[in-house]
Parts: sequence; structure tokens; C-alpha cells
Amino acid sequence: MLRAALPLLGLPLAGAGAAETPTQEPRAPGEPPPGLALFRWQWHEVEAPYLVALWILVASLAKIVFHLSRKVTSLVPESCLLILLGLVLGGIVLAVAKKAEYQLEPGTFFLFLLPPIVLDSGYFMPSRLFFDNLGAILTYAVVGTLWNAFTTGTALWGLQQAGLVAPRVQAGLLDFLLFGSLISAVDPVAVLAVFEEVHVNETLFIIVFGESLLNDAVTVVLYKVCNSFVEMGSANVQVTDYLKGVAYLTAEMTSLSAILAVTMCGLGCKKYVEANISHKSRTAVKYTMKTLASCAETVIFMLLGISAVDSSKWAWDSGLVLGTLFFILFFRALGVVLQTWVLNQFRLVPLDKIDQVVMSYGGLRGAVAFALVILLDRTKVPAKDYFVATTIVVVFFTVIVQGLTIKPLVKWLKVKRSEHHKPTLNQELHEHTFDHILAAVEDVVGHHGYHYWRDRWEQFDKKYLSQLLMRRSAYRIRDQIWDVYYRLNIRDAISFVDQGGHVLSSTGLTLPSMPSRNSVAETSVTNLLRESGSGACLDLQVIDTVRSGRDREDAVMHHLLCGGLYKPRRRYKASCSRHFISEDAQERQDKEVFQQNMKRRLESFKSTKHNICITKSKLRPRKAGHRKKDGVANTETTNGKPPRDLGFQDTAAVVLTVESEEESDSSETEKEDDEGIIFVARATGEVLQEGKVSGSLEVCPSPRIIPPSPTCAEKELPWKSGQGDLAVYVSSETTKIVPVDMQTGWNQSISSLESLASPPCTQAPAITHLPPYPLVAEEPQTPLHQSYDTCSSFTFPPSLAKAGRSRSESSADIPQQQELQPLMGHEDPSHLSLGAAKPRWHIQFNRSGQL
Amino acid sequence: MGSRSSHAAIIPDVDNIRRETGFSQASLVRLHHRFQALDRNKKGYLSRMDLQQIGALAVNPLGDRIIDSFFPDGSQRLDFPGFVRVLAHFRPVEDEDPGIRDPKAPEPLNSRMNKLRFAFQLYDQDRDGKISRHEMLQVLRLMVGVQVTEEQLESIADRTVQEADEDGDGAVSFLEFTKSLEKMNIEQKMSIRILK
Repeated sequence: MLRAALPLLGLPLAGAGAAETPTQEPRAPGEPPPGLALFRWQWHEVEAPYLVALWILVASLAKIVFHLSRKVTSLVPESCLLILLGLVLGGIVLAVAKKAEYQLEPGTFFLFLLPPIVLDSGYFMPSRLFFDNLGAILTYAVVGTLWNAFTTGTALWGLQQAGLVAPRVQAGLLDFLLFGSLISAVDPVAVLAVFEEVHVNETLFIIVFGESLLNDAVTVVLYKVCNSFVEMGSANVQVTDYLKGVAYLTAEMTSLSAILAVTMCGLGCKKYVEANISHKSRTAVKYTMKTLASCAETVIFMLLGISAVDSSKWAWDSGLVLGTLFFILFFRALGVVLQTWVLNQFRLVPLDKIDQVVMSYGGLRGAVAFALVILLDRTKVPAKDYFVATTIVVVFFTVIVQGLTIKPLVKWLKVKRSEHHKPTLNQELHEHTFDHILAAVEDVVGHHGYHYWRDRWEQFDKKYLSQLLMRRSAYRIRDQIWDVYYRLNIRDAISFVDQGGHVLSSTGLTLPSMPSRNSVAETSVTNLLRESGSGACLDLQVIDTVRSGRDREDAVMHHLLCGGLYKPRRRYKASCSRHFISEDAQERQDKEVFQQNMKRRLESFKSTKHNICITKSKLRPRKAGHRKKDGVANTETTNGKPPRDLGFQDTAAVVLTVESEEESDSSETEKEDDEGIIFVARATGEVLQEGKVSGSLEVCPSPRIIPPSPTCAEKELPWKSGQGDLAVYVSSETTKIVPVDMQTGWNQSISSLESLASPPCTQAPAITHLPPYPLVAEEPQTPLHQSYDTCSSFTFPPSLAKAGRSRSESSADIPQQQELQPLMGHEDPSHLSLGAAKPRWHIQFNRSGQL
Repeated sequence: MGSRSSHAAIIPDVDNIRRETGFSQASLVRLHHRFQALDRNKKGYLSRMDLQQIGALAVNPLGDRIIDSFFPDGSQRLDFPGFVRVLAHFRPVEDEDPGIRDPKAPEPLNSRMNKLRFAFQLYDQDRDGKISRHEMLQVLRLMVGVQVTEEQLESIADRTVQEADEDGDGAVSFLEFTKSLEKMNIEQKMSIRILK
């Protein structure tokens, strides 16, 4: 709120500065200004924008202050606080200026303040819910408003006839009807402000809120009709005029009011606009709307408070005020009960009594009524001052008293609250199924009901509207189920990162977005073992390897950085393409976002199948120090940068270079280079082997440093080809071991995305190679190196590798295999790229330190 | 439409049907009308063809499966009681006191469980009591349409199965199916108002 206000404030200030210079210039050439004209009061030039900015600033400050105290805001709705603040400010202004200023002008209100709010609410309206309840909403909005207007107006007139209203109030039946029509409208701003904090169930909310949005149309039209009658004077109104009035009413209603139009615009925009703009723009649109609406709402309530202070517009009549208060409450309740009774005959889910109470009580009046009453012409409506006073009281009463009490009331009545649960794919899918089933059953029954028409509409939308209004690429990915899937992925990724990567905690493995399972223990170990059967090896000892807190921190930090950092090369590429809006820009954007998320996810879901070969190559869990080392070593870049000295390479480092000779791969190296820094790490624990500990590390050094030297191992290690390029260093503690069948899902989803852009790459045979020198150049950047023990040695007997390979095919048979995860594995084909004629290198260090 | 009572009289075995399905007399009469309208050759039963000729049903992605569910056990004839029995799944649930009902009486067709079972068997095409990944994929393919690639579909199917799968057998059993929907108001979502 404040952030939004500041630039606005800056605007008039800058304007003030700019305005000053030109006015001073013309004087300079002529006679010099008398005295000191350096400073001049340029108030009038900047008045309007300055005031606007000032109001917004005050409102923002007020909001911030309100929210400093959580206790107050939890009890008192913000709208009440703002109105009270407005009263205080108005009092101050009145005391200083001796006249009331800065009031709520109807023009300002209808043209500038109301539209953002209505657009915002239309845009964020849950459209499905809205249309599901459209019948009820329309009934309440149209019939209810007409009912309220006529009954209230007539009852007030009756009150006057009965002599309970002072005779000073000169008003006839028409005047009262006019007043009734303007006072009967439930105000969307007030309702929204209160109900947003109350959290009643969605159906109730949408009915009250939808009604308040739509009934403005009815109110304004009714108001216009009554107003024209009043201006004609009651004596001149003929019977035919009433008929004309009805015709006018109908015409106006069908041509829709501006408020209704804006609501519908917001509703319609949502689907098609969102699909066509990028994710960032979507966020921008969302927040812009929210900010504007919030500003407007704040200003409206404050101005309401200020306007009330102006006693010159007031004329108090207790009978009128009390009568109005009573009648609007009474007739609203009566109307709701009657309409609900009728509606319940047709509703699948009847509205119960508690709902009706909340609906009656939630009929808050607000700024719309106030603006309309200010618009009245005093010469035509002699009782205007009384009406103004009554309206102000009514608005204040409903907003403050009802606003304050509705929360306790809802609590006391135990109204069903809205429950927030995360969407799951299952729910989304089944909901669609249900829709289709119901539509089909309606077909069979031969009843063209709601489901039938919705089905029709959806087909029409799919066939024509969406194709017409959405970009091709947007249309392609625009499916609700896919959407949920996508969002779930992103959320999982986010929560994964939020947890600092510790997904495999003692509580076991859970996907954050999955519904919680009954027993945690069940999920964790036994289940995993059962589920995986063969693929994943779970060894608790490995996972629980005691590590110092610092190690863990380092690992997590590294992990976060790996996941979070933007790859420099790629970014360059992206910025390039920004200038050429290529056809698939959006596609790539989406892909990139998705990829990043998937990468993060994949750090936790390591697919076993790709790594099984590593296991054979005797990758073992390292000690803490080694692990850190790996992290460091992994930061070597792929591109031309000499790898850093690892410090241990003299003794034991074994580097396995993998050369991919395939021509098919060649084109992809460039792509790989585009990836910039690539972190590769495989940490695999193989526990069974007499507790040996070995570490493996794969990096992709620059090709020019290491000459290709194919070895016999090449044939044994086909899996090498895809590994080095993408892997991210992950300490085993951050590793999640996931059953194969789960991983396949991830792999597929990635590859499905990737495959859009790049062809799958064939696996290249691996070559082991030992480059002693590329490692020399490493900067001694961390003390961790020192801790690395130098006892590592090359362990890569071909026989083992062979065995490993065979294992990979029948991994199920090897229960003890400890597995290290392919972080990103080669399921990301776009990364599996080899430059033309450029050999690709993988270095692997296998150390069997404790052999 | 004629007088209701006379129509109700032509429905064979009307009382039993009413007891079983819980439909009101008026609904039964209306459904019988519809049944006769669908039965083009006045043969007294419905064939698959009769249902397939409902225009909108042909466009419905699940249309075929829903027609299949009207013909249990591979039968080719659908008589009126069978017709009504299937539709009774979609009767709105009334909030009657469960204590009043005879506990020995079978669960009414429109109970939550039966509604869910109806939906479940639309997925479970091979009737093995489980929605396999393959079956999930088939449904998704029907519903999602062409915009999403096959691989994406597969990943969605995988994820969907994983999400609901609790015992790790890679398939969704009926129990798991109900659990995944336990937060949803099935009674409301699987009911059609006119089928009182």
C-alpha cells in the first residue's frame, strides 16, 4: 500500500518542481523580481494531484498503523477504522478551515473510485461458483432490491402519514420511493471489506457479494426513474408515465449499468487475459488491480467519514432516521426469507436458516447510497438534507455496528466457514469427470438443465472462443488439469526449497502437496522399500551419517544456490531473444520456468535407474569432509575455465572422461555450453561392501584441456553420457530416495517438456580418463579442501562396471545396493548436448578411502 | 402428458421400483416417458444404439463409458427398472434421519458410496477394483483433449495415481479413490435436482 502510494506522491512533487521553473524564467529577462522571489507558493498548480497523493499517503499510513496492532484489526473491520479516521480528519479540517472540505464527490466516486474495486472483484471472482449460483444471485439482486426499495419507501411514507416523522420533512410518496431506492442497495465495497475478513463459506459469500455487485445496476436505474418522476413533480405524473417508467427501467436494465459491465469485463478478462500474458505480467496485473482497488476502497471509507462531518448538509429527524434503520433491517430480512423460500424449491442445496440470517445481516449500505443521495437536487427534493443525514446514519450504522458484530455472529451461529484445502490432481480430475457424468445423465434424462448448458458452453468455448481469444501457444497449454499439475509442481518445488532441502527427514518422505497420509512411519521407510521394490535402495545408516551442523549448512546453502541461481549463459540467450519475439518465446519461457522447478524437484527425487551404473562404479557415501569437497569441486565450470585444483588429484583422483563420439550429439554441445555452470555430483553409498567409503565426483571440464582417450571402460559405461552435464551436487542428506515408479513420472514430465525443444540424445559410451592437470588450477577457495583426505584411489575395475551394468537392468535383485541419485540425470535431453566435433568430458573421481 | 395416475399404472412393477430407487411417482412417470421416447422401435427395452443417438452424449468425452454403465455385465438390453436404477444414483440426498431407515435395508442407490462407486467404475474399465495407471491415462486422454502432449499426459497420470495411491501398488483402489475425494461434497456434486 505504501509502496504504491509513494510513486504517486512523487508525481505531484516532481510536477511542482517542474512547474516552478517555467514561471520564473519569463520574469528574469525583464525587470528583476522585486525582493526575494526565490520561493513562491505554487499551491494551485499542484493542488489536485498533491491532494490525491496526500490522501493516499494518509490512507496508507493509516492502514499500516492499523495493521501494527493485530488485535485491533482482528476485532474491528478495517472499514470501520477508516471511517472513524475519516471522522477525525474531517473534524480537524473543519476546525482549521472552518468549512468542510474534501468530501466524497459523486463524480469522483463513480468515475474513479468505484471502477477499480468493481473490476478487481469481477476479476477475482470465482467464476465457477458465481455461475453455479447465478440464479440465486440474480433473484436477490433484482427482486430483492426492488422489494427493498418499494417496501422501505412505502413504509417510510406510511410513517410520515402516521405523523411519526416531523412535518419539517417535506416529502411525498415519490420522494420516499426515491429515498428507498437509493438506500436499498447493498454496497459491494462495504460487503467486500467486511466479508473478506469473516471467511464464511464460499456459497454464502458469493451470494451476498454477487448480489451486492449486481444490485447496483438495479439501484441506479431505479434511482434514475424515481428521480425523473420527482423532478417532474408528483402532480404531473400520469399513469402512462409509470408505464414509460417501467419501459425505461427495462431498457436501462438490458443495456446494463456501467458497474455491471465492469464486473462482467473483469469476469471475462480473467480467463482469456491470463492465458495470453506471461507469468510475470500476470502477477503484475494481479497486484496492480489489488493495489488500485485497495487504494480506492481506503479513500472511499475515509472520505465517507470526512463527509459526515459537514453539518451544513445535515438535517436531523429522529423519526425518519430510526424508522429508516428499522425498515431497512426488517424488510431486508423479510425479503431474504421470502426469496430464499422460493429459491429453495429449486435449489439442490437449500439455504438454511443460518445462511439467511447472515445474508440479512450482511446487507451493508455504503458509499453508493451516499453518493446517490448527494446527487439529489435540493430544489426538487426539499427533504434532501434529511435524507442525507439519514443515509449517513444508515451507512455508519451498517458498516460500523453490523460490520463489528457480524464476525461474532458468524462465530456464534457456527456458520460453515470456508475451508481451504489444497487442490489435488485427483480432485481436479474427478471434478471434471463429475461434470461430464452429470451432463451425460441430463442428456439421458432429457432434461436440459444447468449442467447441460454448462457443458454446451464449455464446448463452445473450447471450439471457438478460446481459439479466437487465446494465443496458440497459450491455448495449447491451457487445460485445467494440466494447470493444476503445473501448479502443484511449482508449489512442491517452492516448499522443498523452503524446507532447506531437507525432504528426507526423520519423518519420512512426503510430497508436500500430497494429502497427508495416515501414518508417517508407514510412508517413510517400509513403504518406500516396498514401493521401490528394487529401484531405490534405502539405507538408513547412509542417510543418517552423522555430520556436523556446519557441513549440513554448507550443503544446504550450496544446494539452494545451485537451484536458485540463474545460469549465466542461458540468461544471455534469453535476453537476446527478448528482442526478437520469436514464435516460441512463450514456450521457452514456460519451459525455463518449469525446468527450474523440475530441477529443484529432481534434486529430491533422484531416479535410481539412471544411476544404478554409478553404484556399480563403487560410489560410496563419503564422509562429511569429502562431501564438502565435492561441493566445492563441483563448482568448476564447463566452459573453458580451467578446473580448480582439487588438491588430492596427485594421489588418487581418478578421472573418467566420457566421450561421446556420436555425431548426433555434436550439435548439442553448444547447448550444453549455454547452460553455463553445471554442477555435477553423485554421491552414492554402497553400504554392503564392507563399509567402504568412496566418493565420486563428476565434472565436465573444458574439452580442450583433456584429450580424449577412449578406454575399455567406455563400453561399460554408457550411462556416463548423460550424467555429468546436469547433475547438481546434493549431499546425501538432502537426498530423497524415491521409488522408481514415482520417478518415472518426473522424468517423463521433464522429458516431455524438454522434448519440445530438443531431440533426445543418444547415450554415448563412456570413456574413463585420467587428466592430472586440469585440476591444478583450482582456486583454493575454501578451507574445506584441506579436510579432504588424500587417500582416494582409483577404483574402477571393468568387472565391477560390468556387474553394475547388469545390475541396472535387473536392479530389483540387488537389495543392498546403495544408490546415488541422478539429480537431474539425463532426463533433461536439452542439456545432453555435445558440440559438433567437440568431445565431451566427464571426470569422475572414485575414491575408496577406506578400502 | 395425460393424467399422472394412468401413466404410473402402465409402469410395470412400479412399487418395487419406487422402493428400490426412492424416486417419487412424478419422477418415475417422467422417466418412463423419457424411456419410451428413447426406445425408438417400441421394443420395450433400450439398446446401446438408442442411447448413442442422443446427440449431446456423442460429444461427451465420457459418453461411451456412461452408456456402458447402463449395460452392466455386457447385456445388450436395458429395461426400465435398470434404466431407473442407474439414474437413481443421481437422486439428491435428502437429509432424512438415518435412524428411521431400516438398518438391514440395503444402502440407498443415491448414497455417497454408491455415487462414488458409479464414478469409480467409469475409470475402472477392466473391473478389477483398481484404477491402474493405464486406466487413468485413458480417462485423462479423453478429458484433456489435444492440447497436452502424450508425455505430459503420462506425467499427469503418474502423478495422479501417486497422489491417491496409499498402499504403493501403483493403482488406485476404491478405498483410495474415496479417500482422495473425502473433502469433496459428493452428495452435492453428483446429484441432479430434477431427479427427486
